[in-house]
Amino acid sequence: MIEVLECALPASFQDLGRPGYRHLGVPLSGALDPEWLAIANALVGNPAQTVALEMRLLGPKLRATAPVTIALAGEFSAKIEDAAGLSRPAADWCSHVLATGDILSIGALRSGIGYLAVAGGFDLPQVLGSRSTYARAGLGGIDGRPLRIGDRVATGAGGADVSLRLPDAPHPISGPLRVMPGPQRDYFTDAAWQHFIGAEFVVSREADRMGLRLDGPAPRTCVRRRHRLGRSDARRHPGSRRRPPHSPAGRLPDGRRLPENRHGDSRRPAAPGTRAAGTKLRFVAVSAEEALAARRDAARRLAEWIAAIGPGGAELDLDALYGANLIDGVIDAD
Amino acid sequence: MNPRLLDLGDGALTLEFGDRIDPALNARVMAARDALAALKLEGISDLVPTYRSLTVHFDPLQLDRETLGKALLQAAASPDQKSAPATRWLIPVAFGGEFGPDLAQVAQTTGRSESDVIDAVCAAELRVFLIGFLPGFPYLGELPDWLHLPRRSTPRTAVPANSLAIAGPQVAIYPWQSPGGWHLLGRTPVKLFDVADIGRPALLAPGDSVRFRAVERGEFETLERDLEAGRIGRQSWVAP
Repeated sequence: MIEVLECALPASFQDLGRPGYRHLGVPLSGALDPEWLAIANALVGNPAQTVALEMRLLGPKLRATAPVTIALAGEFSAKIEDAAGLSRPAADWCSHVLATGDILSIGALRSGIGYLAVAGGFDLPQVLGSRSTYARAGLGGIDGRPLRIGDRVATGAGGADVSLRLPDAPHPISGPLRVMPGPQRDYFTDAAWQHFIGAEFVVSREADRMGLRLDGPAPRTCVRRRHRLGRSDARRHPGSRRRPPHSPAGRLPDGRRLPENRHGDSRRPAAPGTRAAGTKLRFVAVSAEEALAARRDAARRLAEWIAAIGPGGAELDLDALYGANLIDGVIDAD
Repeated sequence: MNPRLLDLGDGALTLEFGDRIDPALNARVMAARDALAALKLEGISDLVPTYRSLTVHFDPLQLDRETLGKALLQAAASPDQKSAPATRWLIPVAFGGEFGPDLAQVAQTTGRSESDVIDAVCAAELRVFLIGFLPGFPYLGELPDWLHLPRRSTPRTAVPANSLAIAGPQVAIYPWQSPGGWHLLGRTPVKLFDVADIGRPALLAPGDSVRFRAVERGEFETLERDLEAGRIGRQSWVAP
């Protein structure tokens, strides 16, 4: 059992979402970054689609009421305090065995989002084929809502009970985000499209699991013809799997849909929904073929990451120890 | 207008039949959906019909985009046969007051009485064009011309769940509390989405027809209590 002691910002349980219900108005939901979810799960020996806790900005403080193996995917400054009050860092991209009474303080996230997986998964009911939380309609997770203080969640059986480590952790995102012209591309002139592609945007603080607002140059609408239906028809389609529940970035002109895709040049996947506020963002137009090639690359890269996971917990992770500034004193004394 | 095939990112294709709210267009969309579904192509996760288009979500690592595009254009040409038999629903609604805070304003704007507005909404045999926006949220149409109003200039940040709302020729019911800019005329006790009904979580389906029946507060509250207690169920809303 995992018990929630502190939870200041929204965190929610997510798996790979609930496909097959969009015609009923049920969005896909699921992890903003399915690759990080897969890595977190692999670190505790779970299948890639197992439900995990998705966090933004600041993670909760949790207590283990029984021994459990956990893993963190993302960039954190997490620490584990045992029942005797002794504290140790809980390195990212590693699994850690928690003893009964251990308190895991996840703290601030340096990456836009992050995942906490537990061996055996969180024991939550499936709703329409998924355990993902969709708070707007009260589906999935714990009673269809985000995590809160006092929650107690059982963990399933199985998974690894040794510490595993991803030796070569994914890097933060950089580079432009690939975009394909959307179905309403012809509402905009070529000049308006070029303006959009050439512009630099900044990820604003207005972000949730539904959408993300980008600050930047005002979109040139240059509408060629007005749609007689207005917004309702166009709005039905989630922009992409990477930003689950609903619409694309608010400031993106309607009709410019982001490809359901992994992002470009960096060694880790990316999506607007995973980027922290203040991050600069550009777009690059791609064809369906280019998007498919990128998707294949991403699938291959994920398989490589998961294959590279091996023994070696936080104890061996000197980088993390230096990073947490816990052994500087020892070195200075030398 | 010939159907157009449009990209919606690399994981979806949209087949667009037109740009109007029109039962004939909507019927073509449904026929295309049925024809494509019958092919049982591997790698398709969702078939989403709207007023005038069909979107197919697929896994491009599993299903070739061109193959799917060809199948969609072929499905577009399929004859407009009748889909599964539609259900006719009769939905109770309490109008005005706290249930429908915009009723008075709508009456004023259209130059009719409040009861004229209620009568017109209840007299219309409405087609379910699509379900979307929120789980179970139906887009219904069409209202008589004189009731066509633009959206409110200032959208509400929280429309109460189960509100009946109108905009343009459309009628909708919000199954969940949500932001919204439509005019709120009333509220229904009927639950439009229920995961406990695994076979049909959304009460309404495209192609169904809906009429509304005005009820007083007393009956509204009785129905709510009976629903809560499980004394009545979904069959209660099928038109006699």
